[in-house]
Amino acid sequence: MVVAQVSPPEAADAGARFLAEVTAKTAGVSRLEMCIQCGSCGGSCPSADVMDHTPRAIFAMIRAGERDEVLRSNTPWMCLSCYHCVVRCPQEIAITDVMYALKVMAEEGHTYPNNVGPDFTGVFIGQARRFGRSWEVGLTARHYLRHFILRLPGITPMAFGLFRHGRIGILPHQIRERKQLQAILQRAYELERAR
Amino acid sequence: MSDYLYYPGCSMEGSGRSYRESLEGICEPLGISLREIDDWNCCGATEYVSLSTTPAYAMIARNLALAAGEKKDGESLVAACSACYLNLAKADHYMAQQPAFNARVNDALGAGGLHYDPGTVKVRHLLEVILNDVGLEAVKAAVKKPLTGLKVAPYLGCMVPRPDIDGSYTNHEQPDDLDRLLRALGAEVVDYPLKTECCGGHMTQVAPKLGLELIRRLVAEAERREAVMMVTVCPMCQINIDAYQGEMNAMFHTKHKMPIVFFTQLMGVAFGLDPKKVGVGREYTNASKALVKALKAAPEQALVAAGAAPARRPRPDKRALPMPRMADSEVEE
Repeated sequence: MVVAQVSPPEAADAGARFLAEVTAKTAGVSRLEMCIQCGSCGGSCPSADVMDHTPRAIFAMIRAGERDEVLRSNTPWMCLSCYHCVVRCPQEIAITDVMYALKVMAEEGHTYPNNVGPDFTGVFIGQARRFGRSWEVGLTARHYLRHFILRLPGITPMAFGLFRHGRIGILPHQIRERKQLQAILQRAYELERAR
Repeated sequence: MSDYLYYPGCSMEGSGRSYRESLEGICEPLGISLREIDDWNCCGATEYVSLSTTPAYAMIARNLALAAGEKKDGESLVAACSACYLNLAKADHYMAQQPAFNARVNDALGAGGLHYDPGTVKVRHLLEVILNDVGLEAVKAAVKKPLTGLKVAPYLGCMVPRPDIDGSYTNHEQPDDLDRLLRALGAEVVDYPLKTECCGGHMTQVAPKLGLELIRRLVAEAERREAVMMVTVCPMCQINIDAYQGEMNAMFHTKHKMPIVFFTQLMGVAFGLDPKKVGVGREYTNASKALVKALKAAPEQALVAAGAAPARRPRPDKRALPMPRMADSEVEE
């Protein structure tokens, strides 16, 4: 009798390598290798509807070594950081942090499915690194002009309303020790690259 | 007077200004004093951790290092914004958990002449501090104008009860913390099962269809439960539900008008502070009308709220099916 080999050894190796890569990228202890494929994560996820793959499927794909497909999936980008799956996971996997790690890896290889999320993150952090504080109005203005120009007519009255209620500061707040912060971050990027 | 170190977070200076104003107002009646960390920086929200790991945590840890330097004996660090609170708590926790990670973050901090030993600073959320350190009895004692008749939906959001880094929550999905606090102010708290569902976070900026749908669910449910306003602990939840309600209405052809305020604002109003001083009126969806109406409530209702005669829960119809009830705390009050 011929038994079909379900996963050839190379795939298993690729899976083990990719699993190790994601685990190493995750801040804290991921426990990703503990996944029992129960699907509690996808069942708890408010954005599962719009995800290319449920979190459970993503974890199976990681173990199968499907690196490209995982890093091209919109799943981590649709994660809301609501932690519903994290408190429900019977294996206590740090799912949200794994999603962050997948986004970091997709950013590094530029494999994200579209650039709206990465752009928002990039501009937010660019301003935070420069000023030491986030700059709500600068960020939103730039983001809407670039990605949601058609939403502007709907959004403008809201922006004026917030301004009138004193909730929008035009100029960014800045911290005193910006040089210190930038030195810390520069060293942090060197360390991150050396990993 | 208990002293705390305080991390405001960027929103408190801008869109969440009413949170800051009301928090400043209620410190004295609560007998707490907050000392802001000098020259604190942005925590990176949920953005930096999605971009690069070591820099993200180094940026958070700079605040912890500054706090450790300023800290006096027994002081903990209080954050009011849910995302800031979680970021600070997580950085401390992960640094303690993983020596290699700790070494990397401290190597980076060293480039700025700073150092942080995990465990030095205890990070706490404002709501937990008010409930556990100040206590509901002290809150009740400070109430001058009970919010009798004000029907509110308690909306806690995600990042305070979850992932619950320090294990202080027994119930991650239906906690009654905010309910108990609001009831102590005399408000009528409606049963709001979506109290820890997500507001969408940055999805209003990144994937509007998803973000607006999540807001629609929250607002529609609060309205269905006959709440006149929602009450939150998080600046992100506040701006999403407050400011994007118009766009949400346009998308779903609805006409919801659900105000949302910070719990500290209602505390301020109940403590007899001028509603304007605690930022009431800064919401895009106006909350003042409902508040004024509640404050004009009949005096006998105020007596009931103060505990003179316990309000009875109406008995369910005998033919009704058994329904799950809310946590015990409501029954004892």
